Amino acid sequence: MLYNEGRAHLPNGCAISGIIDTSGGLFSGSDIIESIALMHERSNGLGGGFAAYGIYPDHPDEYAIHVFYDDLKAQENVEAFLEKHFLIMLSERIPTRKNANIVRSPIIWRYFAQPLRNRVAVSGYDEEEYVARCVIHVNNDFDGAFVFSSGINMGAFKGVGYPEDIGEFYMLDNYHGYSWTAHGRFPTNTPGWWGGAHPFTLLDFSIVHNGEISSYDANRRYIEMYDYHCSLMTDTEVMTYLADMILRRHALPIHMLPKIFAAPMWEEIARMDDKSREEYETLRAVYAGALINGPFSIILGFNGGFMALNDRLKLRSMVTAKAGSKVYVASEESAIRRIEKNLDEIWTPRGGEPVIALVDENADIGRRRRVL
Amino acid sequence: MEIKAGLMDFEALNKMVRADAEDGKKLVLREVNGQRYIGCGLCGSAEIDVYGTPGNDMAAFLNGPSITVYGNGQDQLGNTMNAGTVVVHGSVGDTAGYSMRGGEIFVKGSAGSRVGIHMKAYKEHHPVLVIGGSVGDFCGEYMAGGTLIVLGQGGKPSPITRYCASGIHGGKLVLRGEVSPSQIAREADVLPMDEETLSEIEPLIERWCGYFGGDKRELLSGKFTLIKPKGKNPFARLYTNNVY
Repeated sequence: MLYNEGRAHLPNGCAISGIIDTSGGLFSGSDIIESIALMHERSNGLGGGFAAYGIYPDHPDEYAIHVFYDDLKAQENVEAFLEKHFLIMLSERIPTRKNANIVRSPIIWRYFAQPLRNRVAVSGYDEEEYVARCVIHVNNDFDGAFVFSSGINMGAFKGVGYPEDIGEFYMLDNYHGYSWTAHGRFPTNTPGWWGGAHPFTLLDFSIVHNGEISSYDANRRYIEMYDYHCSLMTDTEVMTYLADMILRRHALPIHMLPKIFAAPMWEEIARMDDKSREEYETLRAVYAGALINGPFSIILGFNGGFMALNDRLKLRSMVTAKAGSKVYVASEESAIRRIEKNLDEIWTPRGGEPVIALVDENADIGRRRRVL
Repeated sequence: MEIKAGLMDFEALNKMVRADAEDGKKLVLREVNGQRYIGCGLCGSAEIDVYGTPGNDMAAFLNGPSITVYGNGQDQLGNTMNAGTVVVHGSVGDTAGYSMRGGEIFVKGSAGSRVGIHMKAYKEHHPVLVIGGSVGDFCGEYMAGGTLIVLGQGGKPSPITRYCASGIHGGKLVLRGEVSPSQIAREADVLPMDEETLSEIEPLIERWCGYFGGDKRELLSGKFTLIKPKGKNPFARLYTNNVY
């Protein structure tokens, strides 16, 4: 795949934005595009992307597998693999609109697919693990092909360009979701390429990230022990896999994830009451390899909600706000005010303090991940 | 002179501001939302009123003019500011007063993390930063000079959160409200209020009340903690002459 940039180190930037309607109401991608577009200067045109939840209600239990292909040969190889492992209900080119600023795009395809039951049974995995194994296998072992989205009733849309152009390119104004996240990229240590744009996903987990992870290699070595493979040449993907392992495979409640990713200093833990101290000490001991060091502000999306989090030393900006049933997160306050002038509340969470927004239990949003 | 910023690009807006910001002149910017670098490097004595949410690095390198914001400031407000006055009728984001080396910033509400990071003073230049509400982690980090006051209004249990004055080696912080030693870095001295500081902050609090309202006597009657570096050179042994 083409790398639109060398391996030079560039000054940091990046923008993130997220909107969720906790009542489960659907809204088009126009708002999130306007929000991320306001922070144009934080990106440099080498990556933009979105994650959208609730957009495929007509496929309530089919995995929406979005794939980039370099060429038809790669597509042929991957499709042969997918057909062997899934019942493909629909295979189509992801609709795009011509945009003067989006060039050299790969072949962009999506499949709505159900895992073959007999295959799942003999694999020894549960259904989600089976799908995750297939995705990791494609990304690791097939040349010129990358699965960049694989959840149910959600999808990632990303590429090389400014995020507002990417949103226009994928016609996100035509999609309606209850939760959206977005990213404008300013690549620092790794190439700007289609697979390297944010969000990074696995199943319905997606992460948009502003910052860089100095603990990356420690995290990568840790997660690769559990059969995840980092193949996208960027630091952020490791956080997606860590979230998937902790929240899905280990089924920890979501309030524990920030206590692992952005664990407090030991001296702070020492001052806690007995119950909290035991919890934090246990999490730091068991998940030492999942502690994320270095500056980050992230939004982790999943079916039914999102979580925004800063690193524990608060080395990146992040503002959160509420208006009615909607919760907003952005790198800058103005990006929220661009789309909602009348905010009920606006605040800056401190380092390591998560903002978790979940869609109401009784809202009908289709597939929902249990995270409590 | 009035400018409606709206979705105007920051470069276009700042070009207009620079062209119009003459000495003694008043400039009003309306519907500002996210435009960066407003007032960046401006000299002279213009007055600028900003309505909305000015973008990052507002008043960066400001060298004389006064800027009043009717709304919230974002990050790096007053970055390396040299002289002038910034008054914010709202809150500000992270690193307000970043490397500030002169002038004054008055904020009605709260501020994010790393407020006053690496403020410094030299000869007649003495930066002043007054926050009405509370502040986030690392307030006064690497502070080298100037005066940083946090009045702690707004109902939070403490004016500061964690790691206050990490790496401080000059200047002073004045905190109003409950402060525990665990919130403050080891290299800082936690002192009771003294007469000299009280007489220094009195006119500043009076001006804060003048801008935003409030009872000066009540504010001055609160519990104050003074934070200064331990000794003249607290880090002399950190990198050189290391005895550990």
